[in-house]
Amino acid sequence: MEVELRGITKKFGPVVANSDVNLKIRPGEILGLLGENGAGKSTLMNILSGLYRPDSGEIFLDGKPTYFVGARDAIIAGIGMVHQHFMLVPVFTVAENVVLGVEPVGPLDHLDLEKARAQVRAIGEEHGLEVDPDALIEELPVGVQQRVEIIKVLFRSASVLIFDEPTAVLTPQEVTEFFEIVRSLRDSGKALVFITHKLHEVLEVADRINVLRDGKVVGEADPKTATDAELAEMMVGRSVRFDVEKEPAKPGAPLLEVKGLRTASERGDLAVNDVSFTIHAGEVVGIAGVQGNGQTELVEAITGLRRPESGTVSFLGRDATKASARDRHNMGMAHVPEDRLKSGIIKDFNVAENMVLDAYYDRRFSSGINLHWNDVYRATAENVVAFDVRTPSIFNIADNLSGGNQQKLVVARELSREIRLLIAAQPTRGLDVGSIEYIHKRIIQARDAGVGVLIVSTELDEILALSDRILVMYRGRIVREFPAQADIAAIGLAMAGAGAHATGAAA
Amino acid sequence: MSESRVDQFSSDVLKRVVITRFTIEDLVLVPLLAVIIALVLGGLIMLTTGVSPNAIRLSYIALFQGSVGSIGAISETLTAAIPLTLCGLGIAVGFRAGLFNIGAEGQVIIGGLAATFVGFSFAGLPLIIHLPLALLAGALFGALWASISGWLKAATGAHEVITTIMLNLIAVKLLDFLLRNPPFQKLGRSDPISKNIVESASLPKLLTWIDPTYRLHAGILLALGAVALIYWLLYRTTVGFEFRASGYNPDAAKYAGMKSGLIIVLVMACAGALAGLAGSNQVLSVLGRASPSFSGGVGFDAIAVALLGRSHPVGVLLAGLLFGALQAGGRQMQVGAGVNIDLIVVIQALIIFFIAAPILVRAAVPWLFSKPQRGS
Repeated sequence: MEVELRGITKKFGPVVANSDVNLKIRPGEILGLLGENGAGKSTLMNILSGLYRPDSGEIFLDGKPTYFVGARDAIIAGIGMVHQHFMLVPVFTVAENVVLGVEPVGPLDHLDLEKARAQVRAIGEEHGLEVDPDALIEELPVGVQQRVEIIKVLFRSASVLIFDEPTAVLTPQEVTEFFEIVRSLRDSGKALVFITHKLHEVLEVADRINVLRDGKVVGEADPKTATDAELAEMMVGRSVRFDVEKEPAKPGAPLLEVKGLRTASERGDLAVNDVSFTIHAGEVVGIAGVQGNGQTELVEAITGLRRPESGTVSFLGRDATKASARDRHNMGMAHVPEDRLKSGIIKDFNVAENMVLDAYYDRRFSSGINLHWNDVYRATAENVVAFDVRTPSIFNIADNLSGGNQQKLVVARELSREIRLLIAAQPTRGLDVGSIEYIHKRIIQARDAGVGVLIVSTELDEILALSDRILVMYRGRIVREFPAQADIAAIGLAMAGAGAHATGAAA
Repeated sequence: MSESRVDQFSSDVLKRVVITRFTIEDLVLVPLLAVIIALVLGGLIMLTTGVSPNAIRLSYIALFQGSVGSIGAISETLTAAIPLTLCGLGIAVGFRAGLFNIGAEGQVIIGGLAATFVGFSFAGLPLIIHLPLALLAGALFGALWASISGWLKAATGAHEVITTIMLNLIAVKLLDFLLRNPPFQKLGRSDPISKNIVESASLPKLLTWIDPTYRLHAGILLALGAVALIYWLLYRTTVGFEFRASGYNPDAAKYAGMKSGLIIVLVMACAGALAGLAGSNQVLSVLGRASPSFSGGVGFDAIAVALLGRSHPVGVLLAGLLFGALQAGGRQMQVGAGVNIDLIVVIQALIIFFIAAPILVRAAVPWLFSKPQRGS
């Protein structure tokens, strides 16, 4: 089925999310829809999947104008959406999730699970999406959960599949598998839309690329001929540098020494196992690894948020193993947490309150019990400008900021004081190209000013762009160390556990 | 160049966010309409139970006159609003810090008992010492009682809803027990009733120079002071910053180096102190002694007050006044129009119902609201 959007405009109050968008989606083709966060990609796809109605413009299915009153209409018409955040019931089995809402029934109008299982298997075989229909969702890895989402859409006989940022939650191996699935769906004649802000992914998998900026389609590109730089320029509206400009590091004295650190995760298993390393002033050390290999716990143990079982953390030559998070903060340790929404900001607080979230008690902002709001406001206004946090006002609620600006707010808070060490976990996760470029620049600036930096990231590109030394973490251990100019393939192998365990890569 | 740009920018971002129409609707129109709709529904309920339209008209007139129709009525409204506001503030502090304190009733009782004890003992002290001492005892014991739940949560993770409910039960039975035994029980009585509060520990009445029957007492000043104090605490101090941060996002509070256990205990102590003051106000003023029902359920009504007031000190004051008016007017309704005072409870519940589900209010009178906007 061919889908065409003509002149789609959608406004939310004064905000124009989509303006006169024309788009064609053809069967047997993967359309890459590229755009920064807030460019209007999701709104457009929500219009296509019937969740929003456009203010003007029309949708044509095989040339016939069509109106969707709700999501149901779009599903009936054969348009299916795989959301970024999965819509699965964790305690149900795969088969139960797939048929949820359109359950096959037997003669007594009872749920026919046997039929459901058979159908799941049939779809799986047809498209190479093998999943055990009886597995519980909560026990499946994220990549497999995504397959279930795809089966769900196919089960509702979709001929147009929309993927909203499908790779955001996947490991590198899962991304590769996912691309194969997408290609096989295309070859079976489905029309696919792949929404992302990751350039290399559209270049790799799309047959045609449309770039969205400020709610408008600003260009179309052919992935065979287009380059990263061209696409980024279309997306951001100016030229973007990918490789972070930096001089070789001039490491100074050791700042942070971690020795034999062991710590348990929430579930009680040993998440960090005998980890030792040193960070010097003026260098960036990157910890690469697939998510869930102990990086989160390691960062928490270093920053004082998690108690180590054994081992020591010394900072500035002093044993800080038992120091509280606040003590370490005051000693000059800055921490950009891996999940800004979980712990980096308070969504309901305004920008100013968030700007002093971990320094409100400082003499700069309070005396005794009294908070000096005027000092807070002044400092916030300066930081907002200095770190390019785009907000109409410092009294704006943080929830109203885009992800990129929320992250800049966190970075501004952590870098705007005298620090000796920066621990940044996933500093640019989910951000647009412009914000990534900016935050990377700031991190290198801090390094050049003599700050020691620890970057923990699951994005290998980010590790490579920033690090002077690369440590690879696998199953709680540092398994390899690489110099800055290391071979990507070798790091990738180490991340997958090659050489660390005979059992090989995790699922 | 950069210097002047910074200045220019700073002055822009320092501007307050413009209050949107939606915010005004949310904060003013919805509560107002909730009250009106609740009154209309209350009328319909009366109709279905066979009350004549004329009697309904009379009862609403009585409700109005009994709450704001005269100086005496206003005095009654304010008197009823005092404990509701104090206690509501305590619950609001808990809400702000993410704690659902169901235990205000128990804290009211324990605080009231402590104030009663001080109030009937130490006869002979001057008022300037005796009254503050009694109030302080009430606040302190309320705080200690609530801190038990706070400590249990901080130390063991026990949920405050459960522990505060259990502490309520213990407080009720403790009250009954103490009132039947020395030193609390009034000499020569076999029923549960306390000795009388002596004059030097009683809150002075404020309007007796107009009419000796007017009951409004100095507790109103205490309540107003508490509103200002809690506003200051929540929005102007580092402690309040910690309270609110922990309430909105405990993970972020931990990340920022705040001590969550200590904050939980402090919040509960603060809530308990306010509830204890509310209880003290009852025994040290209108009642003049403690009885098994001296709290009058204020600890539960105050939950509604805090919800209606959106957990903001000023909102709690306004909600406390409204509920005070409903109580005072409700008594007049019963006396003047013969309608059962239980109807007031129904109306109060309906108000909370609509506050909790603003969509219903918007659906009932859609033409008063701007069109809903769905975010992207």
